[in-house]
Amino acid sequence: MNARIPEMRSTEELREKWMKPEVITGSDILLRSLVLEGVDCVFGYPGGAVLYIYDALYGFNDFHHLLTRHEQGAIHAADGYARASGKVGVCIATSGPGATNLVTGIATAYMDSVPLVVITGNVATTLIGTDAFQEADITGITMPITKHSYLVRDVNDLPRVIHEAFHIANTGRKGPVLIDIPKDVSAAKTLFNPSESLNLRGYNPTVQPNRLQLDKLQAAIREAERPVILAGGGVIYSGGHEALYEFVTSSGIPITTTLLGLGAFPSGHELWMGMPGMHGTFTANHGIQEADLLINIGARFDDRVTGALGGFAPKAKIVHIDIDPAEIGKNVPADIPIVGDAKTVLELLNQTPVYAEKADAWRQTIQARKQEKPLKYIDSDTELKPQWVIEHLNETTHGQAIVTTDVGQHQMWAAQYYKFNQPRSWITSGGLGTMGFGFPSAIGAQMAHPERLVISINGDGGMQMCSQELAICAINKIPVKIVVINNQVLGMVRQWQELIYENRYSHIDLAGSPDFVKLAEAYGVKGLRATNKEEAKNIWQEALETPGPVLVEFVVRKGENVYPMVTQGSTIDQMLMGDSE
Amino acid sequence: MTKSHTIAVLVNDQPGVLQRVSGLFGRRGFNIESITVGQSEEEGLSRMVIVTHGDDKTLEQIEKQLYKLIDVIKVINLSSKPMVARELALIKVKSEPSDRPEIMGLVETFRAAVVDIGTHSLMVQVVGDTEKIDAMIELLTPYGIRELSRTGVTAMIRGNA
Ligand SMILES: Cc1ncc(C[n+]2csc(CCOP(=O)(O)OP(=O)(O)O)c2C)c(N)n1
Repeated sequence: MNARIPEMRSTEELREKWMKPEVITGSDILLRSLVLEGVDCVFGYPGGAVLYIYDALYGFNDFHHLLTRHEQGAIHAADGYARASGKVGVCIATSGPGATNLVTGIATAYMDSVPLVVITGNVATTLIGTDAFQEADITGITMPITKHSYLVRDVNDLPRVIHEAFHIANTGRKGPVLIDIPKDVSAAKTLFNPSESLNLRGYNPTVQPNRLQLDKLQAAIREAERPVILAGGGVIYSGGHEALYEFVTSSGIPITTTLLGLGAFPSGHELWMGMPGMHGTFTANHGIQEADLLINIGARFDDRVTGALGGFAPKAKIVHIDIDPAEIGKNVPADIPIVGDAKTVLELLNQTPVYAEKADAWRQTIQARKQEKPLKYIDSDTELKPQWVIEHLNETTHGQAIVTTDVGQHQMWAAQYYKFNQPRSWITSGGLGTMGFGFPSAIGAQMAHPERLVISINGDGGMQMCSQELAICAINKIPVKIVVINNQVLGMVRQWQELIYENRYSHIDLAGSPDFVKLAEAYGVKGLRATNKEEAKNIWQEALETPGPVLVEFVVRKGENVYPMVTQGSTIDQMLMGDSE
Repeated sequence: MTKSHTIAVLVNDQPGVLQRVSGLFGRRGFNIESITVGQSEEEGLSRMVIVTHGDDKTLEQIEKQLYKLIDVIKVINLSSKPMVARELALIKVKSEPSDRPEIMGLVETFRAAVVDIGTHSLMVQVVGDTEKIDAMIELLTPYGIRELSRTGVTAMIRGNA
């Protein structure tokens, strides 16, 4: 399974090598600073404004640089790297079109709180503001989608800026930070004297929660008859999954994990109710709606989770735990607001465990519902069903792979039918819902974990949004297993058109798509196709046994829908159960 | 219930910080009635005074969202405390020499000042709270206002706070 990714030297050795004070260029400062921040992999694409940086990269071997085929590929790969590793993802692009090609990826990371440091070149400081060739005000363009940004006008600021950027990206509520470096700044020389101090007045994320609020929460647990935990991506980002496990099992409170929270809690556990929201399970959605205590840990009450806000969790006392104070009360008013790091909060709660003793009947109800209303689909022996394909991937990999997805029906089926038991094994664009994310993010995830099996699940639509990155897999022997669930249409759009727009199928037919097997082969990647179960089992086995990247196409039934579904404007217990009814 | 709120925001004096703050208001659908920026008592920090309209929940979100900006050091809700709020307006009003004494009379009652006199106009400078400036403008309107420029509110908490 191993990627052929050469070993890097230890950080200690590298520090020794690069910590010496020396007069060097801004470009060299950048590279050394990245090494000192612990970066081992950078994704990028050169151009005029970053040529000094790329010149400095010539022969520089202290981190990997992967040349993607599109800047969008680079930033999604950096994002996948960050989500899989917990480290900061880094990407480099040139000014103007290079920088604007990053916008979708920056917004994707921002919405899902993924730590990135995004480095763009810009025209020389003397040309800024003149509409110079390939000039774009990228700090201005990305202001609403970055946690913070810098336009570096003086090479002397560069070491501080880079150090701050990494700190900001990966602390508090994480997010992308942009560093825009004009060409003359990357060329200018100065004494590089790496400093490790930080002076960010006004930036002090609250990690430690208020003790009194924790006491209130524990009292509420003691009283609750129908408590529910709603856990989100924040648990994973804080590294709080073990503390969560302890909290759930010691309190005996049923738990649902959001799309981004999948993997924060083992899906096989009897207290796990599945995913909530638009395509959530019957048990999770009804659980929330009937709960008398809803404990939200690191989720942001996204509208895809809450459905109609007016009728969301109407009976529940709401507890909201979040590192970002602005999340608390933003969508759903909290009765017990707790600002703090999810892991820290959970560990404090675990010091004095409280069992929800009045909730025995509730636990039984949840168990019974899980039996009565599991996720279901009608299988077929003549056609491949996409749900079956995902179940097959799950069974053959024992839920141990890192799975990245694109956006659409396949994403929801993957969320429903792949069973996650570890954090950072599920990588998907939740907040922005970015098509084109699935495949390049898998490249990043594989770079972070060369030893693990990485499966990228895509639709036939989204696969065509970043398929050029097949080249990267081929060249670097990155052994991602690229799955294309081909239903010949923009499936999720088709589903909405069927259910909400009265079967008016407007512009969803993907006729004219490439032969995906040949597409893969054109890049030197093995391609395999299946149209029935027998073939599907065989090609998947072959893919798993083949070292290096493989694209596997499953031609599935067109017209299959994702159920359950909550249509917009409904409360989450008003679910269309579809085939599973 | 929506009402007017005045908030002071202490920010790092960085390029783009005004854009970050005003952009945040626009993006999140918060209203800006007026915004003023200038030096603060400390070098490297500027103080913005923003007058906004909304209910208490919106105000809470505004404060929290502002704190998310890395360059924001401190947010103070001035209107929750006794405060002094002032704005300045320059008003160029039509005036034939025959109208002058009348206008001068108004200006004097308002403790405003005439800061320029043209052959057919006067420029009036008035400082005070928003209501006072509104009233001055209302009184000068019948003469014909040719140009008007208001600074927006700047404010501080009273006393030693
Ligand atoms: C960049 C982008 N453009 C458009 C959309 C809207 N959209 C959401 S799902 C979807 C259909 C995806 O089709 P496909 O990739 O074939 O996957 P399927 O739903 O069939 O599994 C579209 C167009 C989006 N999410 N992202």
